[in-house]
Amino acid sequence: MDATPINAHSGTPGEPIRANYLNVNYGLKSWLLTTDHKRIGILYLISITIFFALGGIFAALIRLELMTPEGDVVSSEMYNKLFTMHGVAMIFFFLIPSIPAVFGNFLIPMMIGARDVAFPRLNLMSWYIYSIGGVFTFAAMALGGVDTGWTFYAPYSSTYSNSNVALTAVGIFILGFSSILTGLNFIVTIHKMRAPGLTWFRLPLFVWAHYATSLIQILGTPVVAISIVLVALERLLKLGIFDPKLGGDPLLFQHLFWFYSHPAVYIMILPSMGVVSEVIACFSRKRVFGYPFIAFSSLAIAVLGFLVWGHHMFTSGQSVYAGMIFSVLTMLVAIPSAVKVFNWTATLYKGSVSYQAPMLYALGFIGLFTIGGLTGLFLATLATDVHLHDTYFVVAHFHYIMVGGAIMGYMAAMHFWWPKMTGRLYPEGWAKFAALVIFVGFNLTFFPQFVLGYLGMPRRYHVYPPEFQVLNVMSTAGASILAVGYIIPLIYLLWSLKYGPAAGANPWQAKGLEWTTPSPPPPHNFERTPVVTEEAYAYESKPYPEEAEVV
Amino acid sequence: MSETHSVLAHQFDDLEQQFEASTLGMWAFLITEVLFFGGLFTGYAVYRSQYPLAFAEGSLHLDYRIGAINTAVLICSSLTMALAVRSAQLGRRRSLIGFLLLTMLLGSVFLGIKVFEYSHKYHEHLIPGINFVPPHEFIRYHVDPQQLYVFLSFYFAMTGMHALHMIIGVSVLAVLVVLAWRGRFSSEYYNPVEVAGLYWHFVDIVWIFLFPLLYLISRS
Repeated sequence: MDATPINAHSGTPGEPIRANYLNVNYGLKSWLLTTDHKRIGILYLISITIFFALGGIFAALIRLELMTPEGDVVSSEMYNKLFTMHGVAMIFFFLIPSIPAVFGNFLIPMMIGARDVAFPRLNLMSWYIYSIGGVFTFAAMALGGVDTGWTFYAPYSSTYSNSNVALTAVGIFILGFSSILTGLNFIVTIHKMRAPGLTWFRLPLFVWAHYATSLIQILGTPVVAISIVLVALERLLKLGIFDPKLGGDPLLFQHLFWFYSHPAVYIMILPSMGVVSEVIACFSRKRVFGYPFIAFSSLAIAVLGFLVWGHHMFTSGQSVYAGMIFSVLTMLVAIPSAVKVFNWTATLYKGSVSYQAPMLYALGFIGLFTIGGLTGLFLATLATDVHLHDTYFVVAHFHYIMVGGAIMGYMAAMHFWWPKMTGRLYPEGWAKFAALVIFVGFNLTFFPQFVLGYLGMPRRYHVYPPEFQVLNVMSTAGASILAVGYIIPLIYLLWSLKYGPAAGANPWQAKGLEWTTPSPPPPHNFERTPVVTEEAYAYESKPYPEEAEVV
Repeated sequence: MSETHSVLAHQFDDLEQQFEASTLGMWAFLITEVLFFGGLFTGYAVYRSQYPLAFAEGSLHLDYRIGAINTAVLICSSLTMALAVRSAQLGRRRSLIGFLLLTMLLGSVFLGIKVFEYSHKYHEHLIPGINFVPPHEFIRYHVDPQQLYVFLSFYFAMTGMHALHMIIGVSVLAVLVVLAWRGRFSSEYYNPVEVAGLYWHFVDIVWIFLFPLLYLISRS
């Protein structure tokens, strides 16, 4: 048991246990001091799952309150805190780190044939920074919460709110550096650590999507960091920056905040798009249609994403001229998004499509993201936005992108790479069932909210006119189904760790360097640095080579 | 040869790849820093265009001679930092330590002058949020004290954020001195000195923008 030969092949019965990143050493210390990108990915997986559960509990309380038109479960102050903490936990502590920090960390070095990321210690530091930020924010929540909305609009946040704004702001400020350092690490890793022969246009699209995401992380996050610093300085030292009473301008805060926070939406969705490209190609047994278009559309989304922030201020006193420019620029984002959707659809065309669990999530992503994207055009249009601004239509729109898009992609990634990460297969039947439950629950939760918003129900109120009750009850019922849909995978994935059958190196017969290593991968990923001789997704050229060898 | 291997981290194939990665990493970080200060400069630009006279008046309340001395000190420190990197490249340990210490000294002189300047502002009751009292007489333009308050807020936010970066820079140099003392650097391996140099020059350049924007408005 002690002398584990590193060069042994996997899968042969009767061989000694192969060293992998999970069994190379044991104990809490070996995890907390690890610099292995795979273990750091697992650390993130555990941390963000905790915040996902926390954010989910807040969401459940919100939906419970909204079952009835009266404010009967919580007070209006408590309701303000609930939707704020739901947003803070889900956006900053779950969605932004979700796919990059877990799957990006785990997979990017393996996909490019490297032993680790460029800066492994910095990578571990990112996780600690995330955790410290999490502790601050969690403390702010436990000590009474924060009620400004996740957007922290000044001067309410900088002057008037009596909740724990400063503590939460410190938490998010610290967290931002975790995001910056992860993005920086990925950029350097992708530039400098690629295996011989792995040219830019042979990279998996997952890597391209993460490159675009990382660019947003290093360019956008510092701006929200300085905005938070300025809010804190105004709150603590009474500097005059945003508060009109001190000579400042509240709209400046909104500009600075959305300069980051709109691109942050693309930090959340781009990695999911990368996952979908991998999964669609694998389960269609086909090359991705229009590889360079998908690759460049990721970069286009990253660049255009920085030019559209003003669409959050159509009704905030921004000039009409600026509003028109931002409206047109916002429409432009639809182009690269549509390019992706059309290319995925074209990849499915005449492919040998099979409907395993990851594929179900990926297909769900395409449909729900399309609905979310198209309703975004309603909001990008100046005149309709005046009607829809701050209604449930907006809430439904961004949940279609964030939950229907980003989390669907996250679940697809989880089911696609779980066998690689753990070496175990999960029960496929349960996985398909959970995917269906999530899809039904999601649509029942959020589709009625489009109607509610169009009828005029504003967001962020805990009482509403009785005629909106039917649709709200539907939404709450959907949320309950959605909750069940998220609990089922939690159970069977944990179950699979102990009882799941061994996955083998490549259960999906997928292409990509990460599938050429045993599952779970050895500590340094590859015995020898691989040499890449073909493009990504070469599914047609040599169909099922591994099976052919076995036979 | 064994010396070379001990400084090569396991994830890299050779020292050249390691050097390129660490340099690119620092450049990427500096881009982040540009955007961080960019937020401050944006706010400055907005309010300067809204309150041009108050910013000119506020600028006259700063002592441009002190600002100029500090600018000269920082430019000299950039020179000594560049010489420190050069010494590291040539593997001259003693001159590396000497130039690093000299750079730290100049950085500390800058910070010392800054402390003197801040305390002067305190005596003039010009620190927003702590003891701001509108001045009895204005130097050139009679402006709304509220607008002067905004200028001073930006002065302290921007120079304070810059000073924080200087303190971090001096601390990084202190660590480098210890490492150089222990002989960790050679002409083959000097990445930390190189990237710390990039950071130091960046912080200096920020000051090169801050000095005219804060001290030299409407001085003619």
